[in-house]
Amino acid sequence: MNGNSAIGEAAIRAGCQCYFGYPITPQNELPEYMALNLGRRKGCAFVQAESELSAINMLYGASAAGVRAMTSSSSPGISLKQEGISYLAACELPAVIVNMSRGGPGLGSIGASQSDYFQATRGGGHGDYRTIVLAPSSVQELADFTHRAFELADKYLIPVIILGDGMLGQMMEPIEFKHEAPETLLVRERSLRGAKGRHSRIIKTFTSNPIELEEINWSLLRRYQLIKKEETTHDTFMVDDAQLIVVAFGIAARIAKGAIKNARQEGLMVGLFRPITLWPYPSEQLQKLAKKTKHFLVFEMNMGQMIEDVQLALGGKADVHFYGRPGGVISTPSEIQQVISRLCYQKKLKPKK
Amino acid sequence: MKKIYTRPKSLKKAVFHYCPGCGHSIIHRIMCEVIDELNLQEKTIGIPPPGCSVFAYNYFDVDMVESAHGRGAAVATGIKRAYPEAIVFTYQGDGDLAAIGTAETIHTANRGECITAIFINNAVYGMTGGQMAPTTLLGQTTTTTPYGREPRIEGHPLKMSEMVAMTEGAVYVERTAVNSPTNIRKSKEAIKKAFQVQIDDLGFSLVEILSPCPTNWRMTPIESWKWVDTIMSKVFPLGVIKDVTGSTNAD
Repeated sequence: MNGNSAIGEAAIRAGCQCYFGYPITPQNELPEYMALNLGRRKGCAFVQAESELSAINMLYGASAAGVRAMTSSSSPGISLKQEGISYLAACELPAVIVNMSRGGPGLGSIGASQSDYFQATRGGGHGDYRTIVLAPSSVQELADFTHRAFELADKYLIPVIILGDGMLGQMMEPIEFKHEAPETLLVRERSLRGAKGRHSRIIKTFTSNPIELEEINWSLLRRYQLIKKEETTHDTFMVDDAQLIVVAFGIAARIAKGAIKNARQEGLMVGLFRPITLWPYPSEQLQKLAKKTKHFLVFEMNMGQMIEDVQLALGGKADVHFYGRPGGVISTPSEIQQVISRLCYQKKLKPKK
Repeated sequence: MKKIYTRPKSLKKAVFHYCPGCGHSIIHRIMCEVIDELNLQEKTIGIPPPGCSVFAYNYFDVDMVESAHGRGAAVATGIKRAYPEAIVFTYQGDGDLAAIGTAETIHTANRGECITAIFINNAVYGMTGGQMAPTTLLGQTTTTTPYGREPRIEGHPLKMSEMVAMTEGAVYVERTAVNSPTNIRKSKEAIKKAFQVQIDDLGFSLVEILSPCPTNWRMTPIESWKWVDTIMSKVFPLGVIKDVTGSTNAD
C-alpha cells in the first residue's frame, strides 16, 4: 500500500468522520482514498474544498461539532492552512493535519523535502501556540502515527501535524493495520450540538480584555508542558558505544540508518538518534547521549533547521556538524556514509576491528 | 392583560454594544424571533464574524463558534457535514462575505450546502473605522476612499447576492433592509423563509440586509435611514433575487 493511502485507511480505522482536502502533489492519493472509502460511509463526509483555506476552516467547523476530522496537503498548501491552525490551537479544537512536504520555498518542486520543519515546530501561524508534530519514517509508521495523532488530538485538545514528505507518501510497503474501524462514531463532549437540555455554548478566543487572553495563553502553556512531559518520543539505533551520533528525522533517518549499517561494517562506531515527536523535541534524551558521545552529525533534507533544536539541547557540550540537501534532493545512503567516514577521519575516530 | 410583545427566548438579556441607529441589534432581534417561532433554539449553531458583530454570541442564546475573517461559510460547511441535524447560520458583513470570503461564499452556495447566510451590507468596514468595502457606492467617501470611490481606481460596488444567485446550489436569495418598520417586517419574513429552506433541506439560502451605519457614514440615524432608501437601495435594489424553492412557504 502506498503511504498516502495508508494514512487514509488508518484514519478511517481511527474513527475519522470528516475529511476536507484540496489537490496538491505529492499527497493526492490521500484525498482520493478518502473520496472512495470515507465519503459515502454512513455519518461521514468527504469534501473537496475550493482552497486549502476553506479545507482547514471546514475542519475547524467539524471539530467544533465534536467529530474526528482531518485534512492533508503539501508545503504550499500547508502555508495557506496556518490561519486555521492558529484558530484551532486557540480554541482548543482537536484536528489532524498531514503535510506530505515537498521542496520549497515558493512553488518549489514536488520532490521530497524536509524544509517545513520550522513551520511545523515553530507554529507557522500567528500567536503563541504549539502543535504536536509527529515524524514517521515508514509506511507502517504513517498508519500507526495517524492513529496516535487522533488519540493525542482528542486527549490534549490540540491540532496534531503529521510531517511526512513526498517520498513517504508515494512509496509502497507491506503494512499491518492494528485497529478495526469503530462500529459507532463518537461525539466529543463539550462540542456544539445545539443547546438542548443545557446552556448555549460559545467557542471563541476574541476578547477585549488582555488579562483574559493572557490567562488563555497560560492555560495553553500548562497543557504544552504536560504534553512535553508525557508524550515526547524518540528512537535510537546503535548509540551505546557510538563515538559519532547521526541525528535525523523522518525519511532522512531511514536513509541515515542504511549509511550507519554500512559504516559499522567498516568498523566506524556510529549510531542514530531519531526524534519521533519534533514538537515536543526529545532534548533531554539527546542531552543524555552527549555525556558519552562528543560528536553529532545532523542530517536533514533542507538547509539546516532541526540543527537549531540539537544545538539548543546540547548547549555546546558536544560538537554539532551538519549535512543537508535542500530543494527536494534525496541523498543516498552511500552519500551519507561518505560524510560519516570523512567526519570520523577529521575527528580521528578510529575504526574498531 | 394579554402580552403581545416580549424579549425572544433565544435573545440573551444583555445590553447591545452597538452604536445608536446601527442595524445589527434590530437584525439580531428579528433573527431570534424567527429562531423562536420555528422552535430552533436547541439545534441552531451560529457563526459570527470578526467585526462589530463579533460579540453576537453575547446576544444570541444558541451555540456559536467564532470564525476567521471570511471563512464563515467554510466553518458552516464543516459543522453541517459533521452534524447534518443542526440548523447552521453564518452572520457576515460585506467585507467578510463579499471580499475576503468571496470564494468560500460562492462555493458553499454552489455546493448547495443547507445553511443560511445572513449578509449585513452597510457599505463600509465598520469595526475597523469605516474603510471602503466591496459594496461601497461610487462616489462614497470612506477613510480609504477620501476622494470618493472612483470606478477606474477602486472598482465598482460588488453585487454579491446576484453572484450567489447564479449558482445552482443557491435556492433562495433576497435583499431587504432594516430602515423602516415595513422593511424590518419584510426582513424578518425573508429570514424566516431562509431558515425554512434549510429546515426543508432544499439548499443554500442567503438574505442580504441593507443596514445603516450612521457612525461611519457620518450621519444621524434618521439621515442614515433615509440614505438607505434614496441612495443605497438604488444600487442594491430590494426584493427577491432568486427563489426556486417551489411551494416552500414559512407561513
